Amino acid sequence: MTAAIAGVGYTRFTKESKRSVLDLATEACSSALDDAGMAAREVDGIASFMVMHDSVPCQAVATCLAIPELKVALDIDLGGQAPCYLVWLAATLIDAGAADAIMVFRAMNGRSAARVGTMRFAGMGGQFRYPIGYDAYLMYVAMWGQRFLHETGQGEADLAGVVLNQRQYAMANERAVRRRPLDLDQYLASPMVVDPFRADDCTVEVDGACAVLVTSLDRARDLRQPPAVIASGAYRAGPQPGVDIGDHLLWSDYSRNYTSHLAQGLFGRAGIGPGDVQCAEIYDCFSSTVLIGLEGLGLVERGQSGSFVRDGNTRLDGPLPLNTHGGLLSEGYLHGMNTVAEAVLQVQGRGGTRQAPAHEVCVVTSGAMMDGSALVLTSDR
Amino acid sequence: MAIQPEDDLHSAAFWDGLRRRQVVVGRCLDCRRNFFPHLPSCPRCGGRRVADQVTAGSGTVYSWVRVHRPLSDAPVVAPPYVVATVELDDGCRLFGRIEPQESVAIGLPVCASFVDRGRWTELVFVPGPEQ
Repeated sequence: MTAAIAGVGYTRFTKESKRSVLDLATEACSSALDDAGMAAREVDGIASFMVMHDSVPCQAVATCLAIPELKVALDIDLGGQAPCYLVWLAATLIDAGAADAIMVFRAMNGRSAARVGTMRFAGMGGQFRYPIGYDAYLMYVAMWGQRFLHETGQGEADLAGVVLNQRQYAMANERAVRRRPLDLDQYLASPMVVDPFRADDCTVEVDGACAVLVTSLDRARDLRQPPAVIASGAYRAGPQPGVDIGDHLLWSDYSRNYTSHLAQGLFGRAGIGPGDVQCAEIYDCFSSTVLIGLEGLGLVERGQSGSFVRDGNTRLDGPLPLNTHGGLLSEGYLHGMNTVAEAVLQVQGRGGTRQAPAHEVCVVTSGAMMDGSALVLTSDR
Repeated sequence: MAIQPEDDLHSAAFWDGLRRRQVVVGRCLDCRRNFFPHLPSCPRCGGRRVADQVTAGSGTVYSWVRVHRPLSDAPVVAPPYVVATVELDDGCRLFGRIEPQESVAIGLPVCASFVDRGRWTELVFVPGPEQ
């Protein structure tokens, strides 16, 4: 693999943008180009994802960026499983010579308009969930979290560890939406929303957009920022992934998600093992997915993720800085595109006050349940 | 507005079954295992010879959530309520509310009960006889 991420772009994350999704998408993509120092005319591919048509197609963004010719346009009907997957696809397409520079973005008025958290997904499985009040994504992840905690002998203190760790990072991140200090007593005193989750275990929905620019490593080396090399990527749906984005009736083990299925291939193709990872950005629409991801990727032994986080191993001064932007829990729900962008900033050494001291190898994931994707990003060694 | 299930070509056997006080799932005639939801083929072996299978409706709680705040406009009952993933003794899983909700625990033996709601019948699991 000889592709890299050359730049990242964001809009502000707000509760109500009062702007069109196309406007947000265009700003984030333009910002990623400025960050990389590349002209829009050099972009010849765009990739994005949306759920229930809550965003704009790639062709619309190509039009607004005045891109002369589009060789790749990937509009994928997926949720948070998509960001690493799209970057990985972009890298393979560039490797194959199908395009030279592919913009990957997510844009959404995810707070003020269509809210993914309470969306009713199309598909055959909804009839078995929605009529009985099992009707929000947080309930599905909570169902898995409950079983995971039960099987691994962990509990609310372990979820709290994740929330507090990430809030600490968010306090140093001006982009983060949730920045008020939070301690364990305050966490435990707050009411349950859906057992085992309290409000702070859940992501905070926002309006905004985020984009990353993928190009060849050779081209990236001539651009403004140090390349974030795409060492490896993977998408995986495990056996019997269900019939729609919320259906998990056929999934056999709620205590393990797609990360358990893709870890070996992901690290193997990067030529590393889990022990070589220096910083991790793990998809966290809800706190439990961080613990399941740490264990699924083999970064921590089964049942040890909660104590690993609580003992300080994931702070900046620990061996594995984790979700250094505050995660979707605190930075905001840009559907995991911002999780990828944070991994890029870390690998590039542009994390500012939240920069991981060792940042040559970073793993980032996208998704929470049956299917998802991941990347290994490395510095240009 | 509360959502009501719409029978489709695959699910009609399940919803019709509930109206008759039966829990009907899919069965693969090749690998002889049950599955849910009803599908045009077996999700384990891909076999195309599938049939409807009446189950005993008994099982155990595999996992559960308690909803404290309504997230939809009109939940079928007022919060707090509990929805569980129930592992049927006949070898597949279903979602259903647990009543009384206070009784829920992973591993709890449950059996099916049926609540008519006009056009459809809800499958509700209640603590059942020890297996």
